[in-house]
Amino acid sequence: MTEPLLEVRDLKVSFRTEDGLVRAVDGVSFSLSQGETLGIVGESGSGKSVTVMSVMRLISDPNARFEGEVLYKGRDLMTLSKDQIREIRGTGIAMIFQDPMTSLNPVYRVGWQIAEQIRAHEQVSKQAAHARAIELLAAVGIPRPAERVDSYPHQFSGGMRQRVMIAMAVSCNPDILIADEPTTALDVTIQAQILNLIKKLRNDFGTAVVLITHDMGVVADLADRIAVMYAGRIVEQGSRRGVFYDAQHPYTWGLLGSIARLDRPKPRRLSAIPGMPPSLLRLPPGCAFGDRCTHRFDLCDERPPLLDRVGGGHLDACHLEPKQKKEVRETTIHPELIEEAE
Amino acid sequence: MLTFIIRRSLWTVLVLFVITVLVFIIFFKTPGVDPARAIAGRNSSPAILAEIRAQFGLNKPLPVQYALMMKKIFISRDLVSYSNQGVRVVPEIAAATPATLSLVFGAAVLWVVMAIGIGVAAALLRGTILDPLLMILALIGVSAPVFWLGQVANMITQGGLHGTFLFSWVPPLGYTPLTQDPLLWFRGLVIPWITLSIAYAGLYGRVLRANLIETQNEDFVRTAHAKGLTDGRVLRRHTLRTSMITFASLFGLDFGALVAGSALLTEVVFGIHGVGYLTYQAFTNLDLPTIMATVVYGAFFIVLANAIVDIVYAWLDPRIRPE
Repeated sequence: MTEPLLEVRDLKVSFRTEDGLVRAVDGVSFSLSQGETLGIVGESGSGKSVTVMSVMRLISDPNARFEGEVLYKGRDLMTLSKDQIREIRGTGIAMIFQDPMTSLNPVYRVGWQIAEQIRAHEQVSKQAAHARAIELLAAVGIPRPAERVDSYPHQFSGGMRQRVMIAMAVSCNPDILIADEPTTALDVTIQAQILNLIKKLRNDFGTAVVLITHDMGVVADLADRIAVMYAGRIVEQGSRRGVFYDAQHPYTWGLLGSIARLDRPKPRRLSAIPGMPPSLLRLPPGCAFGDRCTHRFDLCDERPPLLDRVGGGHLDACHLEPKQKKEVRETTIHPELIEEAE
Repeated sequence: MLTFIIRRSLWTVLVLFVITVLVFIIFFKTPGVDPARAIAGRNSSPAILAEIRAQFGLNKPLPVQYALMMKKIFISRDLVSYSNQGVRVVPEIAAATPATLSLVFGAAVLWVVMAIGIGVAAALLRGTILDPLLMILALIGVSAPVFWLGQVANMITQGGLHGTFLFSWVPPLGYTPLTQDPLLWFRGLVIPWITLSIAYAGLYGRVLRANLIETQNEDFVRTAHAKGLTDGRVLRRHTLRTSMITFASLFGLDFGALVAGSALLTEVVFGIHGVGYLTYQAFTNLDLPTIMATVVYGAFFIVLANAIVDIVYAWLDPRIRPE
């Protein structure tokens, strides 16, 4: 692997609120290489979206405070001027969002919206940008693109709108595509189509992808590496194989255990993680997952550092010995999950 | 489009019918109103009253009188005023229309420009002290009654400071037609324009600010930023453009109402003999023909403004266009 394309170092994002300081992201670090796909998994409120929004500097809340570094090709995005960051948005790092129904402007034709992005970054004529928009719509699998380019967003279905969003995101050949829960708002059948499309574009153009989801099933197919987030921190990070086959953190076990499987006997009840995530206003001093963890012991009152305990760059933040983990894990999760994906 | 126009036209006819019937009934059913006495004067003999009733058709049944009046407004256009004898009301209204249109058009341009300025500035300066200051200023503008504001403006520009260089350019009260002397037309209307537009500028500015702030949090505005557009372009093409939908529909209705006669307070204060002024006089004299004709004129403009709003609305928001 060469020098990372994107490197996030100890990113902290907090919001001042009436009730106190909300630590939405609390010391997140990860890196992304050329053409690599990183899956960030976690439940709602774990800080996934805030992390990537901060990378794009898209949080304009005056009550937000940022710390840490976001290095893109060696430049720290957090210190760039508005104009400098604007040049990187769309061309260097592009983003697609969770809800395609509201992410496109309802009053403009989709082709116009794609062309707008192209013309914001390249000196091309309106006609040329329009022609590119048609090619892009064709590339993302919109039927009759030459006609549909002049349609308004409300004339598309949710899945088609997400395709338009993807076409727009890749219109300036970005190095990195950030997909923030791109399939959450879509039907299950459409989800698979959109994920396949992202996969195809990644393979065709060598774009690096950051895929955010709360669904382990989504990253199983797509991600090279996986980071699991909980309460604003990364609790486990490793290769896809490592995280699925050799998960080190009890929270990851919970996530893996709560996937419904169609190829096995129906369980009486789908297992769930007991309890609720802690309030980000008052995080416990020790392990944030401690209160919900069935394997809690004395050491858990101290915050576990994110360390490579099993080797091979597989990081986790749990005090349990790898040996102990292996024993418990075998009874909790389904290691076969990854097989079909490959 | 054709069906739209036909439907709108039928609708207009219906509205005009209902409104004229209502005005007619209210007039004749109001206690103590006797048009014949108003025409003849207070101490006229019964013989003269009877003669006048016959002359103006006031002795005929009400439906016939109504039909006659409508015929005189729409077909023969020779409806005669009760109070100013011999004056034909339809040409009188036609003559008063340019004054009202001049006043309202100019004020509309002013208040739209001011409101966009206030709304955008307040939305952009949110979180600073300037935002609440602008909003308080706008609220004062909304709260100041136009007749009071007009009188104060007159006291300053016609009285106290008229002699100084500041306001010596302001001509005496009244309206000069544009075709007669464009410069005098303009000079005479500046103060009325400002007076009329202030309340609307304040109201529209506040509405626009609220819409802008709401739109700024929309997902598509975030998308626009993520695309790498400049802040100015995001504001103009995405935030402001979408916020204008409410603004435009509000504008159409207010503009229609003002042209229809709602500017009467401004017209009276500044001695502009427009349609509002005419209506005001007709009401003080209980002059049914003029009241009826101005009501028809007003209803027509309000229906027209509504139709234009519908067209502009469809142009601004593709979601409501028929497929």
